[in-house]
Amino acid sequence: MDILYSIFVDPFMQMGSAPDLLVQTLWEGFVGGILYALIALGFVLIFKASGVFNFAQGIMVVFAALTLVGLYEKGVPAFLALAITIGVMFVLAYAIERVVLRPLVNQPDIILFMATFGLTYLLIGLGEAIFGGNPKVMIAEQLYLPKGAIDLKILGGVVTLQKIDIAAAIIALVMIGALSLFFQYTRIGRALRAVADSHKAALSVGISLNQIWVIVWFIAGVVALITGIMWGARSDVSFALQVVALKALPVLILGGFTSVPGAIVGGLIIGIGEKIGEFYWGPLVGGATESWLAYCIALVFLMFRPQGLFGERIIERI
Amino acid sequence: MKKSALALGLVVGALVGTPALHEASAQESVYVPLFTYRTGPFAGSGIPIADGMRDYLEMLNQRDGGIGGVKIVIEECETGYDTKKGVECYEAVKDKKPVLTNPYSTGITLQLIPRASVDKIPMLSMAYGLSASADGTVFPWIFNPPATYWDGASVMVTYMAQQLGGFDKLKGKKLGLIHLDAPFGKEPIPLLENLAKEYGFELKLYPIAAADMQNQSGTWLAIRRDRPDFIYNQGFGAMNPTAVKEAIRNNYPVGKMVGVWWAGGDDDARGGGAEAKGYKALSFNQTGVDYPVMQDIIKHVFDKKLSKVENRNRIGEALYNRGVYNSMLIAEAIRTAQRITGKKVVDGADVRRGLEGLDITEARLKELGMEGFAAPVRVTCADHNGHNKAFVAEWDGGKYVKASDWIEPIKNKVRPLIEAAAKEYASSNTGWPKRSEACDKPS
Repeated sequence: MDILYSIFVDPFMQMGSAPDLLVQTLWEGFVGGILYALIALGFVLIFKASGVFNFAQGIMVVFAALTLVGLYEKGVPAFLALAITIGVMFVLAYAIERVVLRPLVNQPDIILFMATFGLTYLLIGLGEAIFGGNPKVMIAEQLYLPKGAIDLKILGGVVTLQKIDIAAAIIALVMIGALSLFFQYTRIGRALRAVADSHKAALSVGISLNQIWVIVWFIAGVVALITGIMWGARSDVSFALQVVALKALPVLILGGFTSVPGAIVGGLIIGIGEKIGEFYWGPLVGGATESWLAYCIALVFLMFRPQGLFGERIIERI
Repeated sequence: MKKSALALGLVVGALVGTPALHEASAQESVYVPLFTYRTGPFAGSGIPIADGMRDYLEMLNQRDGGIGGVKIVIEECETGYDTKKGVECYEAVKDKKPVLTNPYSTGITLQLIPRASVDKIPMLSMAYGLSASADGTVFPWIFNPPATYWDGASVMVTYMAQQLGGFDKLKGKKLGLIHLDAPFGKEPIPLLENLAKEYGFELKLYPIAAADMQNQSGTWLAIRRDRPDFIYNQGFGAMNPTAVKEAIRNNYPVGKMVGVWWAGGDDDARGGGAEAKGYKALSFNQTGVDYPVMQDIIKHVFDKKLSKVENRNRIGEALYNRGVYNSMLIAEAIRTAQRITGKKVVDGADVRRGLEGLDITEARLKELGMEGFAAPVRVTCADHNGHNKAFVAEWDGGKYVKASDWIEPIKNKVRPLIEAAAKEYASSNTGWPKRSEACDKPS
C-alpha cells in the first residue's frame, strides 16, 4: 500500500505543496530538452541528406568546443577563435565528404554508419593529441554570454532562471527557426530537401550530391559548436560531453530520424520527462534514473508510433 | 643465399640474445607499471595523478640512479578508467614481473584483488579500492594506505561535528552524499549508514550515473528540495567540476560541500570561477612546490624535459602532489623490501613484505624532502592501511590551502566494520585462501 502511495499519490502531493519546485523542474527540463534538441538536430540534418546515422555527432560537439577553447588558450581572441572554429568545422565537413562519404557512395548504409564510428575515434584521438585530455573552461564571458541568475518570487517560493540557460534557449530557438527558413526558402535548402527525398532524382535534375553533403555536414558542425558552447558553459568542456550527446538517441527514436520539428518536440519531451521522473519518482528506485528513463519514455512511444512522432511512415509494397 | 644466412643469423641471435637481455635488465632494474588514464571522461583527474606518479619515480632514477642502486623501469598502461582495459593492462604486464601493481581505479582493483595472491604480485590501491582490504589477515597481498574511503567518510562526519559544535549536534542534521554511481562512489555508503544510525543524522544519497556526469541538474533539484546541511562529494573526473558549478547555480553554499580526496583536483574547482571559493576537499598531502622533493622533481625531471607536464605551474597542484605521494609509497616499499631481504633486485613477494613493513616516520619524511608534506604512515601485518589522519583543504580561488587541523578517522567505528567486511568477503568468495604468509618482525 505504501508503495502505491509513493508512486501514485505522494509525487502529486509534492507538486501541489511546492509548486515553485515544480516550475523549476519544468524549466530545467525545458533547458535540457532544448539542448538535446540541438544535438538531435545535427543527427537529423545528416540523416536526411545522406541516410547516415552520424555516430560522430557527439564527438563533433566536443571537438568544436575544444577547438574554440583551445585556440583561445593559445592566445587567439575569443571572436576570432570562434570564426576559426567555424572554419575548422567547414574543413572537417569537406574532408569527411572527400575522404569518407565519396568513396562509400552506393555502399550499404551500415558501412557508412561504421565509417562514422571510425570518424568518432579519429576525432577523439585528434582532439586529445592537439588539446590534451584535461577539462577546459568554456569562454562564456569572453563571448559575452550572460552570467548570473534571475530570481522570480512566485508561487510562494523562488524560481531561479540562469541567464545562460535563457540565452541557450533563445539561441537554440533562433537557430532552429533560421534553419527551418533556410531549408524552406533558399535554393540550397530546397536542393537539400530534394536530396533527402531521393538521391537519384536529385542527381537527375543536376543537384550536386557532394556539394550538398559538405553543406549539411558543415551546418551539423556549426550546430555542434553552438551545443558545445552552451553545454560547456553549464559544466566544462571535456570528453564526457560526448556521452551526454548520446542522449539525442531517445530523442531521435521519439521524434523520428528525419523530422526537424520531431527533434525539437522529442527533445522537450525527453528533457522534461527525465527531470520530472528523476525529481518525483527517482528516490523510489535509488535515483540516477536519467541515464535510462529517457530510453523508457522513447520505448513507450515506439509501441504506439514505431516511426516516431513525426517520422515518415515506411510502407514497403511486396 | 648470403641474405638468407644473414637473416637466419639475425633471428637466431635475437632468440638467443633476448633472454640474456631480459636477465640483464632484471638484474639491474625493478619493473613498476603504472595504470593511468590520460584520455576519456576521467582524464581531468587522471592526468595530474599520472604526471605526479611518473615524475617522482623518474626523479629517483635521475637523482639517485633508482632505488638502492637499482634502476626503476616505469611503464604506463592507459586504462581510460575502464575496468576491462585495466584488466587487459594487468594481463599485459604481469609476465614482465612487476614488483607491484597500481590500478588507480576502484573498479579495476576489485577485479584484480583475487589475482594478486595467485600471481604473487602485491597491489597498492592508495586510498582507494576496497576498504575491507585494509585487513591484512584476510588480504595479505592488497594494501591501501594511508586511509580507506571509510576513514575518509568518518573524517567528514567528524568535520561536520566540529563545525556544528560537537557530535551531539549531529542529531537531526542532514548529510547528502553525492556520488558516482559506480563501485568507487558507493564505497563509503555502508560506513555512513552506520554512523548516521550512531549519531542520529539523516543520510541522503544522490547517485550520478557515469553517463550523466555533466548533466546533473535533476539531482541538484533534489538537493535544493532536501537542503542537506553538508554535502560529501564522492565524485571523480568530469563529475566534480559540474557538481561545483551546479552547487553555485542552485545557491547551495559551496563551503558546506566537501569532496573526498579524489574530488579535490584544481580543475574541479577552477571552472566555478570566483564563486567556487570555499569549496572543500579532504586531503592527506599538501599542495605547492615549497618542499625539497618538489624542487628535485623540477630540477631533475621538468627542467630536463623528461616530464609530460607542459605547464610548470601544474606541478604542485593537489592531484599532481598526490601522485608524487603515491610513488613515494611505492619507492619506500621497494626500499623496505631491499632492507628486509638484503637483495638489490626485489620481486613481488619481497615488495609485499616491504609494503607490510612500511614505517614512514616524521624523520623519514624529512629525509625524503617531504617534511610537512604528509603525515607519517605505518603499515603492519594485520593493518594494511594505517587509518591515518586527513585534513580539510579549501579552494582559495587559485589553489587549495589547509583549512583544518589533521583529523583522526573514527577508528573504533571503522576498524571493526573493516574486519567484519573482510570476513564477509572471504566467506562469500568460496575458496578464498587463508593467510599463509609469515609476518616479518617490525624493525
